[in-house]
Amino acid sequence: MGPLFPQNIITEPVNLLIAVLIGTGFGFALEAAGFTNTRKLAGVFYGYDFVVLKVFFTAAMTAAIGLFFMNYFGLIDLQLIYYPSTYWLPTIVGGLIMALGFIVGGFCPGTSFCAASTGKIDAITFVGGVFIGIIGYGLVYTPVFSKLRASGKMGRVNIAEWLGISDGLFIFIVTIIALVAFVVVTKLQAKWNAKRSDEFLDDLGLDD
Amino acid sequence: MDKSKKYMNPYLAGFIIGLMMIAAYFFSGEGLGSSGAYRNITLWAANGIAHNAIANDDYFGKFIGSGVNPLNTWLVFEMLGLIAGALISAGFHNRLKFEIVKSPKITNKTRLIAALIGGVLWGVGTQLGRGCTSGLIMSGMAVNSLSGYIGLIAVFGGGYMFAYFVRKLWI
Repeated sequence: MGPLFPQNIITEPVNLLIAVLIGTGFGFALEAAGFTNTRKLAGVFYGYDFVVLKVFFTAAMTAAIGLFFMNYFGLIDLQLIYYPSTYWLPTIVGGLIMALGFIVGGFCPGTSFCAASTGKIDAITFVGGVFIGIIGYGLVYTPVFSKLRASGKMGRVNIAEWLGISDGLFIFIVTIIALVAFVVVTKLQAKWNAKRSDEFLDDLGLDD
Repeated sequence: MDKSKKYMNPYLAGFIIGLMMIAAYFFSGEGLGSSGAYRNITLWAANGIAHNAIANDDYFGKFIGSGVNPLNTWLVFEMLGLIAGALISAGFHNRLKFEIVKSPKITNKTRLIAALIGGVLWGVGTQLGRGCTSGLIMSGMAVNSLSGYIGLIAVFGGGYMFAYFVRKLWI
């Protein structure tokens, strides 16, 4: 049963090789979905291309459902995986900073890395920016960020437990919400794009 | 190229990424990520240039153990795969090209400045927030972590909040 590496069922070199394979699948899907194009990525915020919502929620729920059932049937022990701690305040602040970065720059670190690999010069610039940001953060960490980063500590919190419902029920509810959202945004996108130029839609591979 | 072949069906792409997330947890015990690899690469380079400063640094110091090479981590190898996967897909879809992708309504210079600023903001935000869309949000959601959902609302909610003010970059 998984997770394999934490239980030494596979060795570190094998683990790292599998990381490359998994990354390849991830990178392929991101590029294939058009995530190297910031105009498509930003579309979710302006209503002309909801591809980000569709890909993101499908991915998150596929993983959540898959892991839930694997855990249930003893294929993986979720007690042994790396479970993040929740720090609510720096996550909100950091998230808002990331949000601004998303809407200004059009990428996130993973998509920009894919895009940079395939020649997108704006992505290469973005990647450079990320490195600069990390270095800058480190340089002013103590006076500026250290207190905030350590604040809001809640330990490991499972949102289903926190809400007082079972894991499975929570995943079910989010999945239903996602499915409804898929239908709604598809309709909204079609309605709003009826007014957009063919050139705009063609560029982004969208139906008119 | 036929419009329908231009991009993969988003639900299929999402499904594949979801499978990769499951595989990540199953094999390595951790989820997909990205910003951690950036941090490790930064660490490795900085450590090479100014080892003592980094080892004693208030922020970076904790990510460096003695003798541990930060490049020798799961996330960095996953990012190598990311490059390969993106190249294969771009090759297949005829998207391997040096270009600046932007709205026709703005200049290349504007796009590049915006990209740089966006990157810097992500550099800061990911360190403060302990991850990015894949590592903080998606990997968190995959295991029902509250942190992932807080990240989801902050990043996407924030995006909607800020969108109006920079709409000229996109539409």
